[in-house]
Amino acid sequence: MPLVEVDQLVQRFGDFVAVDRLSFTIEAGEVFALLGPNGAGKTTTIRVLVTLLRPSAGRVRIAGLDVTEHPTRVRRVLGYVPQTLSADGSLTGYENLLVVAKLLRIPRAERERAIADVLALVRLEDAADRLVRTYSGGMVRRLEIAQAILHRPLLLVLDEPTVGLDPTARRTVWDALTALRERDGTTLLVTTHYMEEADLYCDRIAIMNRGRLVALGTAAELRALVGGASTLDEVFTALTGDTLESGGSYSEVRQLRRRLQRFR
Amino acid sequence: MKSDSSVGVSNVSADLTARITEAIRPPTLWEQVSSFFSASLVVAEVEARKLRHDPWEVITRVIQPILWLTIFGQAVARARLIGGQEDYLTFMAPGILAQSVMFTAIFYGLAIIWERDAGILQKILVLPVPRASFVTGKGLGAGLRALIQGLVIILIALLLRVHFRVNLWTVLTSAVAIVSGAAVFATLSMLLATLLKTRERFMGIGQVLTMPLFFASNAIYPLDLMPGWLQVLARVSPLTYLVELLRNALVHGIAPGAARDWLVLVAWLLVLQVLVSRRYDRVLL
Repeated sequence: MPLVEVDQLVQRFGDFVAVDRLSFTIEAGEVFALLGPNGAGKTTTIRVLVTLLRPSAGRVRIAGLDVTEHPTRVRRVLGYVPQTLSADGSLTGYENLLVVAKLLRIPRAERERAIADVLALVRLEDAADRLVRTYSGGMVRRLEIAQAILHRPLLLVLDEPTVGLDPTARRTVWDALTALRERDGTTLLVTTHYMEEADLYCDRIAIMNRGRLVALGTAAELRALVGGASTLDEVFTALTGDTLESGGSYSEVRQLRRRLQRFR
Repeated sequence: MKSDSSVGVSNVSADLTARITEAIRPPTLWEQVSSFFSASLVVAEVEARKLRHDPWEVITRVIQPILWLTIFGQAVARARLIGGQEDYLTFMAPGILAQSVMFTAIFYGLAIIWERDAGILQKILVLPVPRASFVTGKGLGAGLRALIQGLVIILIALLLRVHFRVNLWTVLTSAVAIVSGAAVFATLSMLLATLLKTRERFMGIGQVLTMPLFFASNAIYPLDLMPGWLQVLARVSPLTYLVELLRNALVHGIAPGAARDWLVLVAWLLVLQVLVSRRYDRVLL
């Protein structure tokens, strides 16, 4: 049984169709990427998967559970790292984790151990007692990953985990994710703009454009699909007649700048 | 190499089946209830931790009530504008205390809008925790903040020679009233946030709302000075009942106070909490 089943998912906002009859499955243990330009419907798809949005039509099942019928139970097997930098800047890294551990009701006897484990996994042991507002972007992202894996979810969903980070910070984020997979065998669902990340770290890639699934396969399969393409960028352009630009809309740029300001 | 990895895979899949079985098990009622209470306390604890990291916020927030007492209070007391009050400063001090509780709590909705924009709210909503505990926890957190502030204001009022009757019971009654009152206004504010959704709109309405809430109450003058229609409004306002509880306790030494005052305050709290718990995830849309 696949861990994630998305079947004919439709999401409308008024007249606008953000996701249009999307279907795919993710096997346990896979690293699965949703790739596409801004407005392709990646974030909307993810919000349905993590129970933040009720789909207009279609079904989504995680570990065999329908996300609209059993949201609370689905949340037990799910970890979620939203796109925005969501760790609390006015608390320390340790406190950010402690709060989540308490919310998850990890027994007191295991709590310190669990926190130390995830801190080591994302390599933030030395920064644990600093206020998060003094962290760099890559550190905040790793802390958020640590928060999302305290309850050892089967599926970790990350929305643009490396957006706005420099190449070194991006690598440290992927190092943390690789370490997580070595420890728990966690299934990953990531959305990304960065072709080379999808190519390097992901088992299968779903290319989305304007709410629809355009192609699905391994990086090699996608390249073979478009004869002679050497990069995923070329594959994308050939399939959608579009280029992947990462400029973003006005509100996204504004949000990004605000975020950077908060952590300065 | 290959056999190694296949051993790993079979372990993982056995573990996976066990984990899925555990996840699919529906939670018992007791698990849901205890999870609600413990999560509410944790959400409130976050507020306490923030206060510890930055205690200056409380200090800046007691400045305004002190100005009310020292400038407005002294002037009106001298002028004897409001008849029948022997000691106006003592009369108004509980009103100013209640006002500071309201002003602190009424901007809590702004915090959830901000947390929505930052993604903190989304992250918490995806945790396997009853969503209502977030609303209750925020209410408690506002109560805690208001409580610390309130104790500082009571101390300063005593230094200004306000005649408060301070004993264990009156202080305890005031403390519970302050926490409940702050929770009422914080929840009201969250309700507004779910309707308005952006911080710009919220700021506008927040400013507009505090003025009538404050003046259509018995905070700085008795109700019978008001025209009839205004009295009706003041009789509905939760601030009136908070002021009455505080005034009865601190000025008249009546603790734990009138059952009616408590009932109205608690009814407001329950109705608002249920309302916001049911719809506050709409702030996401």
